[in-house]
Amino acid sequence: MLDWGWLADHLGAFADRTVQHLYLAAVGLVVGFAIAFALGLVAIRRRRSYPPIAGAAGILYTIPSLVLFAALVPITGLSLLTAEVPLVIYTQVIFIRNIVAGFDAVPADVLEAADGMGYARDQRLLRVELPLAVPLIVAGLRVASVSTIGLVTITGTLGDRFGGLGFFIFEGYSRGFATEIAAGAVGSMVLALVVDAVLVRVQRFLTPWTRPPALAAERLPADAATS
Amino acid sequence: MDIVTKTIAWFGDPANWSGQSGIPARLAEHVGISAITLALAIAITLPIGLWIGHTGRGTRLAVGLANLGRAVPTLAVMGILVPFTAVIDPALGFTTYPTILAMLLLAAPSILVNAYAGIHEVDRDLVEAARGMGFREWQILGRVELPVALPVVLGGVRSAAVQVLATATLGAIFGFGGLGRFLVDGIAQRDTGQIWGGVVLVAALVLSSETGFALLGRRLTSRGLRAGAATAATSPAGA
Amino acid sequence: MEPDERALGNAAATVEFEHVTKRYDAGENGPGAVNDLSFVVPAGKICVLVGPSGCGKTTSLKMVNRLIEPTAGRILIDGRDISTEDPIGLRRRIGYVIQQTGLFPHQTIGENIAVVPRLLGWPASRQRERAEELLGIVGLDAARYRDRYPSQLSGGERQRVGVARALAADPPLMLMDEPFGAVDPIVREHLQNELLRVQADLAKTILFVTHDIDEAIKMGDLVAVMQNGGRLAQFAPPAELLARPASEFVARFVGADRGLKRMSLMRVRDLPLHAAVTARPGDDAADALRRITADPFPYLLLVDRSGAPIGWFDEAEIPATGTLSADAAVSMSPLFAPETTLKDALSMLLDNEVQAGIAVDRGGRVLGLVTDGDIAAAARPDGPAARPDAGA
Ligand SMILES: Nc1ncnc2c1ncn2[C@@H]1O[C@H](COP(=O)(O)OP(=O)(O)OP(=O)(O)O)[C@@H](O)[C@H]1O
Ligand SMILES: [Mg+2]
Repeated sequence: MLDWGWLADHLGAFADRTVQHLYLAAVGLVVGFAIAFALGLVAIRRRRSYPPIAGAAGILYTIPSLVLFAALVPITGLSLLTAEVPLVIYTQVIFIRNIVAGFDAVPADVLEAADGMGYARDQRLLRVELPLAVPLIVAGLRVASVSTIGLVTITGTLGDRFGGLGFFIFEGYSRGFATEIAAGAVGSMVLALVVDAVLVRVQRFLTPWTRPPALAAERLPADAATS
Repeated sequence: MDIVTKTIAWFGDPANWSGQSGIPARLAEHVGISAITLALAIAITLPIGLWIGHTGRGTRLAVGLANLGRAVPTLAVMGILVPFTAVIDPALGFTTYPTILAMLLLAAPSILVNAYAGIHEVDRDLVEAARGMGFREWQILGRVELPVALPVVLGGVRSAAVQVLATATLGAIFGFGGLGRFLVDGIAQRDTGQIWGGVVLVAALVLSSETGFALLGRRLTSRGLRAGAATAATSPAGA
Repeated sequence: MEPDERALGNAAATVEFEHVTKRYDAGENGPGAVNDLSFVVPAGKICVLVGPSGCGKTTSLKMVNRLIEPTAGRILIDGRDISTEDPIGLRRRIGYVIQQTGLFPHQTIGENIAVVPRLLGWPASRQRERAEELLGIVGLDAARYRDRYPSQLSGGERQRVGVARALAADPPLMLMDEPFGAVDPIVREHLQNELLRVQADLAKTILFVTHDIDEAIKMGDLVAVMQNGGRLAQFAPPAELLARPASEFVARFVGADRGLKRMSLMRVRDLPLHAAVTARPGDDAADALRRITADPFPYLLLVDRSGAPIGWFDEAEIPATGTLSADAAVSMSPLFAPETTLKDALSMLLDNEVQAGIAVDRGGRVLGLVTDGDIAAAARPDGPAARPDAGA
């Protein structure tokens, strides 16, 4: 079924495309996060703006990916911008929801204590709320990363200059070569899994207080069904 | 402006309305395959999801598989299927088979998870009360749990429908017919009118599906539940 | 000592409420959450705000650190109107303890305690020293607890950390909102005693909210009883509150057992003691008999050379001739220290089935006798407990 020799001969190309894949995904994630963070802060400060913001992001999310890439081609051409804009758009709903949920999860007594001890508003946001929102924000980052890495393959529609590991799917199809298609597909999935695993480590590092199991008797284990 | 005029021109060209690659044929192809696949996915997954939700058995396995299914990228799923389907049929194995299989695989998770979650979230006191009144298990599921859980269950089907339509579109990359052809061919031919014609058609299709399911949900939901009806999880149609 | 620290005014602060009113819904002319509240808490005293749920205790407390702004009236700290001060700076000079602790889950215990010192810009080494010192003050081993996270502590330990955190910058004023409300009665009792011990050294001004009248009586130098609608029903030391409730509401709130409660505020030293008729082993029996017959109390107390009690002789059993022998004395009554509460003293009398106990000083020497009748008389509303200074 598979042509292992071809794989061995193309390891160099694989490495290059992996780097490209990571680059395309990273740009989308970083820009997407920056925009979502700003929107998330707006939603937190003005609660009424949350439903329309989340609603708009949700509607954009239902647009099939190929449609969004294709729609941009007549406008921005076969460019990096055309590749990145959809990636950024698709991250929004995931990021915004998790950022808002993360800030919402900060316990009220912690906020009251922070105010009572004399934290100024921005200090409280930066030193108390943000760190406590990190677990949910990173959870969102994980979902967004896996999703974005999958979507990067579709940028192959924009030609050989894009696609990351998806390039092999497109080239394999045009040559009727199953091994190459499968290699691109498996490669992109493995990449997503690896990045996800790395992010789990990052979260453990960023939130050491969630690491040790609770020793206190009052902390009962959460309902297994919901975890 | 350019896009609008070109798109209007493309829709106005009679040549695009006839033949095997005309708009009606592509639309029929897209809707037909999607409907059949969705029906198949519902028939297979919905009973499993309801059963898991009612009994609570196999919860972890189901949720785990479903989350995995939601995380895997569409194009990659198709790509992985190709070596297998190509062995079975050298021609359709590169086009139709991987597309339909991917549509099935990717529709299943949202149906399964929402069916499970919808039933699971039904107030256990309600179920106990029904049991106490002498309902049989299948009666509890059919007359108590399902009606209460219907908005959530239907939300899963709605997400699956969008997923199926999106996957069918992506199938065009693998030579599959349907509306995605206009997008892929339009890009290849630098044909703005064709690209945006496809964009409008797919967007309209997704929108109709969403609206249709929303209306259906409202029809089928008991009036007593309408006020607090849960909204469905947004579909991961992007990937 | 650095200048910033002196600016904190480490001595205790005086707090004055002047006709303070708070209405949450501005337009309305309803009763409001707090109504025309006026009282003065002298420096170094614990003032307990007590009252039924919803009577405005928390609201009153939060107006002191300006988490809530009054609708009318003023609050003065050391004579300065707090509405003229920067709320952030004000809060950093006031310790704040709440029932749910509000410990920061993402910071270690050491970091949690040093929160305000860090906000005030203390150098890191001093923050660390201060955290360790405070862990010691609240009775937690610094080496064991400093690097743990709040989720690794029990409820009682978290409360101690909450108190330590409020003390960190040595504030002249502490606000405590039901600080021990969420722990079990045994731990609560323990924490109350610890706080009183710490307070004996530090002498902060403390505003302490509770809805438990027993806690109010135990902790307060002054008690402000509030009633629904945020009105002050009575402001008095605990003993006076129990002896002379100002209204039907206060009487009901302090409870039908307020006589018993008063007994837990009064101590043996507050009672007029009866002189005991004493004799030593080897004394002449005839002489002792003559003396005891002259006294209304029919028992002779045998004491040793230092004046410490040995045992009793019933008037009827004293031999007419010869000397008194320690062997013939019957077993002891309970001994009371001057600081034994009347409640404990009465309980000891009941347990021993006797009518009188012996008050002894630190050296064990007899000071006098206390009878159950004395205790009952003292606990009556017109007894010595009603003197405002008796219990405080
Ligand atoms: N943020 C708020 N907005 C409107 N009303 C409030 C608010 N906070 C408190 N109240 C009302 O003000 C009144 C006093 O509340 P407060 O929290 O001060 O009571 P409390 O004496 O501390 O009660 P508890 O013992 O239950 O803590 C209550 O009737 C309450 O409903
Ligand atoms: Mg309160």
